Formats: sequence, structure tokens, C-alpha cells
Amino acid sequence: MKVGVVTFPGSLDDRDALRAIRLAGGEPVALWHGEHDLRGVDALVLPGGFSYGDYLRCGAIAAHSPIMAEVIEAAHKGMPVLGICNGFQMLVETGLLPGGLIRNDHGDFICRDQKLRVENTDTPWTSGYREGQEITIPLKNGEGGFIADEETLKRIEGENLVTFRYVEVNPNGSLHDIAGLRNDTGKIVGLMPHPEHAVESGFGPDTAQAMKSGTDGLVMFQSLLRQVMAA
Amino acid sequence: MAIIVIEVMPKKELLDPAGKAVLGAFHRQGMSDFREVRIGKRFELHVEGDVTDAHREKAKTLAEDLLSNGVIEDIVDIRVEDSPA
Repeated sequence: MKVGVVTFPGSLDDRDALRAIRLAGGEPVALWHGEHDLRGVDALVLPGGFSYGDYLRCGAIAAHSPIMAEVIEAAHKGMPVLGICNGFQMLVETGLLPGGLIRNDHGDFICRDQKLRVENTDTPWTSGYREGQEITIPLKNGEGGFIADEETLKRIEGENLVTFRYVEVNPNGSLHDIAGLRNDTGKIVGLMPHPEHAVESGFGPDTAQAMKSGTDGLVMFQSLLRQVMAA
Repeated sequence: MAIIVIEVMPKKELLDPAGKAVLGAFHRQGMSDFREVRIGKRFELHVEGDVTDAHREKAKTLAEDLLSNGVIEDIVDIRVEDSPA
């Protein structure tokens, strides 16, 4: 199964996302923002970073870059898309996911191993988790505060679109502790924390068992591969 | 020469953490005259020659589609100004 990762000018975590796909057993395909070619991939990851310097608004210029026309079209046709951090910001900028992301309420960049609760396993990206499972993956952002108006929040909660919620610490002032969302079909998921940084023991968050042994993020990529193979 | 000026502000009901940080700096300087600071953006679109209705129309479309995000921001003004040299 081919999973594409789009590199934008200023992407930081594209290599890590490609690595995560490989470690999960998929075939990673590097894609370039300036092309109109998805190279026959079966699913897409929009990676973290600071695309176009995050000028204008985070993810806003990337959301209008050439390849996004194909990404949006494929997403509407049901291709699984995962947006991580800056990729999540792109998904809200394109309107594929509801709400918006603004500067952290405390004004600082924050980097920590973050505990999350998996609220929804009915997506190709989360089917390998248990409903309510708590996972720990790195979080690193300056503008991860999730916001939406009352009506949108009501819809998000009512339609069970919240996919990940911050546990114990809300690191950025996100409303309703929302860390990640899915769209109505579940194929499109976006989250601020970074699953691709917790995929290989020795390089992940600390766990009760051993330092840097956390691999909770790997399940996200394995879920996708398993789901598509089963289909 | 004229420019089209587009002004965008974070929505009133939303927290503006950047503005809040600046207000904090005011307070640290002992300045308590101002209750709130909000930070927005001013875009200047430079035009060759006169600003036409077509320019205005395109500026409005760009303001809505790219320069602002209606979920978190409001376009507060689009106007024509003399070019600052």
C-alpha cells in the first residue's frame, strides 16, 4: 500500500512521517507541493512543520499550493488523509475539517510528551486503538489552540467528530480539550500532536517500562494499513 | 498611484494571545491606561495605474478566500488609499 507524504517549503516532519509509514509496513511515497501529481498513492499524510514560514496564518498558504487541488479532490472521493500539526492546520484552512487553530492561549511554544484519549476508533487512522484508550505522543506547537463557534462545537460533539482529547494537561487552550478531529466520513483526521515521533522504541516518549520506549503513534499508521488491506 | 488596503482582525469573541502578550508588556512598563490590545493585519495591494472596479472585486475575493479565515478572523475594511510614495 502506497502512502504519500507531501513536502512543503518549511515542512519539518515529512521524513519522520515517511519513516513511520515504512515502520508500519507501508510503502512511503514522497510528494512535492508544487506538483499536480499524487503518484498513485492510496492514502495521504500532510506533515508537521512551518510551511511557508507560517506567514499569513499557519497552513494557509500551503492550503492553496498546487498539489492541494488534487489532495482536496482525492479527500472528497474518500481517500484517507491524516493531517499532523501543520497538516491539521492545512485541513482546517481548506475547510475539510471544521474550526480553526490559533496561537496557544499562554502565548508560548510548547513541547512535551502529551497524554491523549482516543475518543473515536471509527476511522482508518484510529481503528487499531481501543475506544477511550490513553496514549502518549509528543506535542510541539505554538499555534495549536483549537477554536470554533458554539454552533460548530455543538455539531462536532453531537456528531462524535472529536477523535483525540487532551488528558490531564490542556497544553494550548483548545476548546473542549480537542486535540484532533475527524470529518463526517472518518476518512480525514487531523491532530496537533505527533504520532510519527512515537513509532520506534528508543526514539519515543518515556514510558513506565523504559526511557524513550513509547510507540503509541505507530498504531495510527498500522491502523490505516490493516484497514485498507482488509477492505 | 493608489493601493487597496485590506484590514483583518481576529474575531472579537476570540482570545487574541498576541494582543494579550503586548498588554502584559504595557503593564510591566507601568502603563495601565489601556484595557485591551488586539493585533490585526493590514495588507496593501499595489496596483499599476488606477484602481478599477475589477481590482476591487478581485481584492474582495482574495480577502475572503486567502487573506482571512472566516472561522477565526473578520475583514474589517477594504478601501483605496493613495500609495505611500
